[in-house]
Amino acid sequence: MDQLIEIMSRIRPDIDFMTATTLIDDDLLDSFDIIAIVGEVNHEFDVEINVNDLLPENFNSASALYELIKKLQEED
Amino acid sequence: MIHNVLQLLEKNAISDPEKIALRDENDSVTYREYHEYTRRIGTYIAHRCNCRNKPVAVFIDRTIHSIMSFMGIAYSGNFYVPIDPTMPKDRIDLIFGTLNPVMIIACGTNALTEEYDTVPFTEAAEAKIDELLLKTIREDSLDVDPLYSIFTSGSTGVPKGVLTSHRSVLDLVGAFQDAFSFPKESVFGNQAPFDFDGSNKDIYNALNCGGTVQIVPKKYFKMPKLLVDFLRDRKVTSLIWVVSALRIVADFQALDEAEPLNLENVMFSGEVMPVKSLNYWMEHVPGARYVNLYGPTEITCNCSYYVVERRYANDETLPIGKAFRNSRVFLMNEQGQKITEKNQMGEICVAGSCLALGYWNAPEVTSRAFINDPMVPEYSARIYKTGDLGFYNDRNELMFVSRKDNQVKHMGHRIELGEIEVALNSIDLITIACCVYDKEHEKIVCFYQSKEADQERQIALEMMKKLPKYMCPNVYIRYDRLPMNKNGKIDRVKLKESLKEQ
Repeated sequence: MDQLIEIMSRIRPDIDFMTATTLIDDDLLDSFDIIAIVGEVNHEFDVEINVNDLLPENFNSASALYELIKKLQEED
Repeated sequence: MIHNVLQLLEKNAISDPEKIALRDENDSVTYREYHEYTRRIGTYIAHRCNCRNKPVAVFIDRTIHSIMSFMGIAYSGNFYVPIDPTMPKDRIDLIFGTLNPVMIIACGTNALTEEYDTVPFTEAAEAKIDELLLKTIREDSLDVDPLYSIFTSGSTGVPKGVLTSHRSVLDLVGAFQDAFSFPKESVFGNQAPFDFDGSNKDIYNALNCGGTVQIVPKKYFKMPKLLVDFLRDRKVTSLIWVVSALRIVADFQALDEAEPLNLENVMFSGEVMPVKSLNYWMEHVPGARYVNLYGPTEITCNCSYYVVERRYANDETLPIGKAFRNSRVFLMNEQGQKITEKNQMGEICVAGSCLALGYWNAPEVTSRAFINDPMVPEYSARIYKTGDLGFYNDRNELMFVSRKDNQVKHMGHRIELGEIEVALNSIDLITIACCVYDKEHEKIVCFYQSKEADQERQIALEMMKKLPKYMCPNVYIRYDRLPMNKNGKIDRVKLKESLKEQ
């Protein structure tokens, strides 16, 4: 989880990813942020987030995204 | 003669009153309601500010209220200036310093109502229509009166307000209709923010053909699968988008498993479309017409277009095509002479009713960019110098090469950075790339974005297959994502600055 927070903070240092829970619903992240986060997460966690995983419920908070990563890792 | 864009609205309000004119995620209005609300707003403004042809700012959102505010301001005989309330306050103040708006209409909840003296949309939309007043205003109006002003960043740091007339917008939609024949069943999926001049193509083409504007909420551009579903659910027929928005769909391969989209038109502008992204779209939505549009805000959206007629290879460049009717697009050399030979480069210049009135409250900047045609000293023949370089290819199609200031001399060679960029962008390992010239160290620096890191060597080898060695970048700097400016283009200014810091 710490690693994920670090990745996201590097891309958007202005957001507190420990507490934010409406990253998509409140337009905190833009489309370029999402592209960057997906790229980094795929690389650093060795997963493949595909277009079907790009849903608000997976990206509204760091913990939701972390759950997605764990799920994808288990599927491997 | 139609001399005011509101006549388009009035025509539809009579012929098709119950048709949906504007739609956002949750809300919609018919042409009858659109006509009603905008006249109320026009009355409200005209009663409060007894003035004509003055700026009324709008704190915009992504709802139909923003578009209705614009038309309401037009009814008041003034011009609208869309302002994104999420911009830094310093930049808003800088704009207002030049603009001096007579009123600010606030749409939505995010609209800085505590910091500025604003009128809520809902208040203006409740006014009682004063038909006589609106009639007087209309009788006094000219087609060359300003309709809107869009602020763009200025090289000096002070944003410039491009001021556009009713005439220019009517010219634009007439030319689009001649070229593309939008049926009245058209649903324009609006992606461009309302403070970006691209959005006018949705608003006014829909008004002109009697179609519908479907505003696409911003969040869908982060969730491309939902975006595709939304476009299908809302029966969108035409996309007039910036290149980067189409690229998001292609980069995430969001059309791979999706139910097919019934699009009639996919049009794009704002920067050079990478052919590999275009090919992805053409493979997955084969029935649509694909059109490359070109033009800066100063000539009202677009002055030339190219309908993609064949499959392009990844390292080819799409033409920007030919001029729209009633726009003259030509090339001028440094001596101010017209270039007529093929394959000879010159600055792209534009003449016609599409030319903006100038920059609001900035006569000096205006006179530098909008000049009298040096070949026509006998009368006032205004042209706009785009600062873009282009040439006519062997098929007599206009090709965009680069910004005028992007030509570099490197190791004795005259090099267009745009050409290097086409090569870079044709490489599969690269998502998107641009380059700048580091004069101090005499190096071509490539900034690129890619899915995977540590592939400089492969990229450099690929480049050497495509270009003479002297044109290959000397330095590669990888970004997880390249910085984008507000218009969704790669922020070259920021990238150049990052070189100084290193």
